[in-house]
Amino acid sequence: MNRSQFDLAVGAFVALGILALLFLALKVGNLAGFDTGTAYVIEARFDNIGGIKVRAPVKSAGVVVGRVESISLDGETYEAVARLRISSAFRFSKDTIATILTSGLLGEQYIGLESGGVPEYLAQGDRVMKTQSAMVLEKLISQFLFNKAAETPGQTK
Amino acid sequence: MKADPISLLTSLGHAVTSRLDRLGLAARFAFAVFRVLGVVFLRFGLIIRELYFSGVRSLSIVIVSGLFVGMVLAVQGYEVLQRYGSTEALGVIVALSLVRELGPVVSALLFAGRASSAVTAEIGLMRATDQLAAMDMMAVDPLARVIAPRFLAAIFSLPLLAALFSAAGVCGAWIIGVKLIGIDDGAFWSQMQASVDVRIDIVNGVLKSIVFGVAVGLISVFEGFFAVPTAEGVSTATTRTVVTSSLAVLLLDLVLTVMMFRGLN
Repeated sequence: MNRSQFDLAVGAFVALGILALLFLALKVGNLAGFDTGTAYVIEARFDNIGGIKVRAPVKSAGVVVGRVESISLDGETYEAVARLRISSAFRFSKDTIATILTSGLLGEQYIGLESGGVPEYLAQGDRVMKTQSAMVLEKLISQFLFNKAAETPGQTK
Repeated sequence: MKADPISLLTSLGHAVTSRLDRLGLAARFAFAVFRVLGVVFLRFGLIIRELYFSGVRSLSIVIVSGLFVGMVLAVQGYEVLQRYGSTEALGVIVALSLVRELGPVVSALLFAGRASSAVTAEIGLMRATDQLAAMDMMAVDPLARVIAPRFLAAIFSLPLLAALFSAAGVCGAWIIGVKLIGIDDGAFWSQMQASVDVRIDIVNGVLKSIVFGVAVGLISVFEGFFAVPTAEGVSTATTRTVVTSSLAVLLLDLVLTVMMFRGLN
């Protein structure tokens, strides 16, 4: 084989390898997502954050609008502080409600944002005032059992 | 054979010092190779030729293996996932295990068997037939002329091969999961895209395969360069290349995985 045939084969190899990398970046990963775009960070405090992890999705109406950037515990109020990185393409009103939800019965947990009606919008560093914590299965069951026990047979209609 | 304590201690000491000796030799050799790396870029044709022999010629085995590994992952993953009714997560499982682990590791293992062994045999035979000594006589540095291009070719081609392996694996999983089993096409891709992070998963996978390329490339040229110049010596060196490279890749993978992915979840 002469030089130009080597060049051709190696050129094809490198092009193929770069195509594979692009395929991984664009089709398997999601480079086109907003990880690269501008974003702002808001803060939400929960009594119980449940199974939310760093990088968990933040969704509004089921659409991913951001990711959880960090989670920490406020040492004074014992609240979990989640910092949410939201894409600048989306704006949420000041009275937005942040809820911890689960996709499906066994699915991953995510934070749902429900925008309110106030015409002012959350900006960098703001705090979401209304939050709803994760449902803890054990608490639900004990509450249910407690209520069940409170119903004496005579009182039930 | 005498089993007195003195001779036992002597053989233990010999085993330790000879290994340390070889390790030191390898370190000095690596240093010498790194020093001549810059010169090689002046004669890029040498690297092209080595890229052809180690990279292009490994394409078929890497792509076919990737395809089959992806298919097997899809079959096995589906088996477990359907118990929990979350078969849509198949894409996530396959893509993450390929991009993070199997792509870099398996392609490095295949590369060690397919290309590095050939490099060792080639250099070892050059040593055995005194070609390296002849180059030295002609004031051609064998490190720059023979060793460095082969070393660089391994570093360049392994990340590309690993990416091709992962891409082929994802395609294989798609064929099995979506086309044959009938998982929803949209869910397969969208869940994959939602969970695979470009920086954390894909870039780290590429970094891994670059490190593996350095390790595998260095081991193959070292074993060849210091092969005992006999037929038996060359065959031993080839075997050692494959064994040492495989072990080095697996050990490095553990270290890198702990460094990259610990504390993420």
